[in-house]
Amino acid sequence: MTVALSGGEIAARLEERFPGSVVESGQDSLLVKSESLRAVAGFLKTAPGLEFDYLTAITGVDYYDYFEVVYQLTSIRHNHSLVVKARCYGRENPALPSVVGLWKGADFQEREIYDLMGIRFEGHPNLKRVVLWDGFTGHPLRKDYL
Amino acid sequence: MVIKTEPFVVNIGPAHPSTHGVFRMRATLDGEVVLDIEPVFGYLHRGIEKLAEERTYTQIIPLTDRLDYLASMSNNLAYVLTVEKLAGIAVPERAEYLRVIMAELQRIASHLIGVGAFLNDCGAFMTPILYMIREREKILDLFEMVCGQRLTYNYMRIGGVSHDIPEEFLPALKKFVDRMPGFIDEYDQLLQENEILLARSKGVGILSREQAINISASGPVLRASGVKWDIRKVDPYSIYDRFGFEIPTGSAGDCYDRYRVRVEEMRQSVRILKQAVEKLPAGGVRSEVSHLVRPPAGEAYGHIEAPKGELGFYLVSDNSIAPYRFHVRAPSLLNLTALREMVVGWKVADVLAIFGSIDICMGEVDR
Repeated sequence: MTVALSGGEIAARLEERFPGSVVESGQDSLLVKSESLRAVAGFLKTAPGLEFDYLTAITGVDYYDYFEVVYQLTSIRHNHSLVVKARCYGRENPALPSVVGLWKGADFQEREIYDLMGIRFEGHPNLKRVVLWDGFTGHPLRKDYL
Repeated sequence: MVIKTEPFVVNIGPAHPSTHGVFRMRATLDGEVVLDIEPVFGYLHRGIEKLAEERTYTQIIPLTDRLDYLASMSNNLAYVLTVEKLAGIAVPERAEYLRVIMAELQRIASHLIGVGAFLNDCGAFMTPILYMIREREKILDLFEMVCGQRLTYNYMRIGGVSHDIPEEFLPALKKFVDRMPGFIDEYDQLLQENEILLARSKGVGILSREQAINISASGPVLRASGVKWDIRKVDPYSIYDRFGFEIPTGSAGDCYDRYRVRVEEMRQSVRILKQAVEKLPAGGVRSEVSHLVRPPAGEAYGHIEAPKGELGFYLVSDNSIAPYRFHVRAPSLLNLTALREMVVGWKVADVLAIFGSIDICMGEVDR
């Protein structure tokens, strides 16, 4: 059975290493500051005992006031999981750091979120539309797109 | 005399018999050798994630049929499991068994097409795939008995399945389960030592263990690279912890291993089916659930081992009759990330074999 790690315990470890990086922690999830997302992700991938080597999925959710991007992380070595979330504000030019450098599996998923929700991922090597064509205007998965 | 050469770009697809749907590969070639490849897709994008936000939880089930249309039962199962997780709905025992039976039949049907199409791409044109389709027809006949459909089943419901099985189903299933291992042996005899298959797939398109994990590969692609990772075992859902079965893995991570893993998985699915038929209890097949399910506000990620890999649904509920956000973790899309890693340095003809060995379904990639 994949064990869902406690967000609180990992938040405590992260606070020690990167003070102020965690905004809040839930039962099996963490909300981290967007500026520290890349550092936190790098730590979660390599820290002994955590080693989240597998990025299961990335999802973007539009909550009107902000966009939330949800990372489902799994460790194949330890068979445990964690949900990491990050928020970005503003509808004109929301952006988050890319995690493609850590997990290549993020490539198409970040492009898809950029395409359908309009969140830019800074540092993505090839950030362009993926399911819609280049001349398309707007981002259909946003709640204000009808 | 030095001949000046330069790389050139060739589009393979979008309409090409080996692209298994509408898919384009923009290949940069140096003669016959592939220098780089860029997958281009989206031709089948129907906006299913957006459509789902406008539908009730029950109305979404037919939409999931149209994701990986070669494995609709598995899509149904992953979706209803996630809704049940979100809303805390229990499922009757008999329905759990029926779901496992359908999911395993679906795995065999999907692998038959996967293996058959792969052999087609390798140059064993049409003969092997027709053997596979012959067996798949019998599975489709079984599905037709339970839900009247042969492709888009819409069989699972939140809290169970739509109908109980008709009385002719179990005898037909038993006959299928008894005969299937013989058919798998027959294919093996034809193909395992087949010169065309070995020459085209052994050592071709190698994906290392580290690469496979890093690109989020799942299903047979991940297991062929030597990672013993099957959601049915590592995070059992439904009632999979009650059945005895093995997880076949490969070691080289080449096209041949991916083919072998699929063939072995079919044998394991037959094993599960045998046990499920024996243990199938009597009783209801659907718990009392309101037609308009309103899960409490919150979110859930549910996943299953679909034939092509880890199929997950991420649902966000705002306590209304429709999900606030509906996201599909499509195994075909993520396995496609592996394509570039595997084909660089190989010849054009190998690209098609390697692509075939991933076994993708465009309905799921584009959604």
